[in-house]
Amino acid sequence: MSLMTAGKRLRGRALVRTDYAQEMGLLNTPAKRRSTVAMVAVGFLFPFILTDDLLLILTLGMISAVGAIGLNLVTGCAGQVSLGHAFFIGLGAYTGAVLGGDPDGQLTGYGLPIWIWLPAAGVVAAIAGLLVGPIAVRLRGLYLAIVTLGLVFLGDHVFREARSLTGGPGIGRRGPDLNVFGIDLNASGTVLGIELAREQRQFIFALLFLIFFAILGRNIARSGVGRAFSAVRDRDVAAAVIGVDLTKYKVMAFAMSSFFAGVTGALYYAVVGVFEPSAFGLLLSIQYIAMILIGGVATISGAIMGALFISLLGKFSGTLADVFPFISESSGSDGFLSVFQLEAILYGLLIIVFLIFEPRGLYGIWVRVRNYWKGWPFSY
Amino acid sequence: MTQFLQSVVNGLGQGSIYALLALGYVMIYKATRVISFAQPALMVVGGLLTYHFTEKFGLPFFPGMALAILGGALVGAIVERLALRPMIGKPVFTLAIITIGVDIVLRIFSNRYIGVESRIVEYPGGTERSSLGGVSVSHQTLGLFAVTAVTVTALALFFQYSRTGLAMRATALDQETALAQGIRVGVIFALAWAIAGGLAAIAGTFVAAGTAGMEQSSWIIALKALPAIIIGGLDSIPGAVIGGLAVGLVESLTAIYQPDVAPWLGRNFSLVAPYALMLVVLLVKPYGLFGTREVERV
Repeated sequence: MSLMTAGKRLRGRALVRTDYAQEMGLLNTPAKRRSTVAMVAVGFLFPFILTDDLLLILTLGMISAVGAIGLNLVTGCAGQVSLGHAFFIGLGAYTGAVLGGDPDGQLTGYGLPIWIWLPAAGVVAAIAGLLVGPIAVRLRGLYLAIVTLGLVFLGDHVFREARSLTGGPGIGRRGPDLNVFGIDLNASGTVLGIELAREQRQFIFALLFLIFFAILGRNIARSGVGRAFSAVRDRDVAAAVIGVDLTKYKVMAFAMSSFFAGVTGALYYAVVGVFEPSAFGLLLSIQYIAMILIGGVATISGAIMGALFISLLGKFSGTLADVFPFISESSGSDGFLSVFQLEAILYGLLIIVFLIFEPRGLYGIWVRVRNYWKGWPFSY
Repeated sequence: MTQFLQSVVNGLGQGSIYALLALGYVMIYKATRVISFAQPALMVVGGLLTYHFTEKFGLPFFPGMALAILGGALVGAIVERLALRPMIGKPVFTLAIITIGVDIVLRIFSNRYIGVESRIVEYPGGTERSSLGGVSVSHQTLGLFAVTAVTVTALALFFQYSRTGLAMRATALDQETALAQGIRVGVIFALAWAIAGGLAAIAGTFVAAGTAGMEQSSWIIALKALPAIIIGGLDSIPGAVIGGLAVGLVESLTAIYQPDVAPWLGRNFSLVAPYALMLVVLLVKPYGLFGTREVERV
């Protein structure tokens, strides 16, 4: 490409790129630009179309998506397998609950506003991530997976024992109050002239939250930091040889991912309400691993798809229970399987099926569909 | 002093269970370079098989356990054939995650079997205790020591002297070369999983024969063998045994002394002490006490 055209767009040739910045752009094709705008628009319409129970599921799904993006940064982009995500989420949840909690309650709470407790939850988790980082630098592959697994058990112990902060097992505590600039997300009423119920308010806030962190995540992934992460993932010795500081980037990956996990934990349990320490066990980590594996490793959109998919799985197994009589809707022993057991089995099977047949996850399926229609009616 | 010795004996008893499980992890790791997170489920299934053979079919303890070992080995081999064989050549992380999926699915079915009650296998004369110098040990623990010793010795002899054991060692060393020598590597993988399943079944049987029996939450026990293999080194068989015993010892000693020495660590710290020990060991020796240092090549 000559100097004359570098940096300029060619008229009518949207897919031709004349410099590197265009290639690495946030939304680098017209189709992406249009579809993203359309999806965001549809997203803002959802609160006025869908029923409240579905809205709540999607709200929690979108909040989890931020945590999944975080896990995707460290495990997908930087290749550092972390089974410790539940620990960082728990840390964020309790930081949020303590800073934003009711100051007059039985447990410690400072009643601070959301613009303090939400970032603080991320920062506290990120500091914990910084402390784990140096261990990650010394370890590789499955050693690291087991160490982060140990972190979940140690964290579980701390959450159980710090009773003045967490309420202890079986009792739990309330999450922080959701009050954004004077608008209480836990109440219904008129906002800016529009009648909004509790679920609708929470949904809109979660959508804004997701958009902010999705852009942040994508910017990390497409910048020099993200390319350094990929280099570390693909071959860390080679990365070190070409001048990537391994210690710095591994620690950075853990800190960033933990920040995402922390804010997710704080907001998720603010929406859920009451939560107890047993929520942050190994199963939560596996759920997040499932999100990125089913959604698509090392992609932001994949993490979002995976998180929404996993969140809707509960609803889906409930529907299956209505259709098939051998699945009972309670957790009692009648019937062949209960809904919760079916959900857990679906997790397990979906992970296996996706890894064997479509390792790129839902994102990979989307890419195949897209490529099919791109060349249609020709096969390529 | 008596208290100390008593706690050492109890710790070694629990440590034997960890050692058996840790051996299973190491078997699979050496053959396939994968850490199997399905081990908890294999342990639970093995324990329940013994329960079923002894309580429902009325077999005596040891024949029941022998059948359960075969059953556990069969389950292990089936898991390998169905879930892992199609994935040969994929990144080890993928395989490890698949074993998590297998674990979830298997445990749902075993939880259905367990239900709300605890399934307790009766060990013959398990309530009797012998004592020596104030330290008392139950016959069940003695049986566990004996079974562990026999199993470890048999495995060591098998690897050292049998043709199949030699083939397994060759495969662990280099898969392609082993293949070129006419070793059926796929069969070796299945065999490694079968041995791991059998070892998990022995461990599960003794968990079910313990005071608490086999409950829905018992699977956590098998995860404590993970610190054991990390401490010992992922690919070291003596390391697995020593690591397992060390984890049992640490657990039992912290249970006795931590409430007095360091009460600020909270109640039940002994349950997570193995993980803390693992972090300390890894900071000093990243490949465990007996593990082989990986050679890094670009």
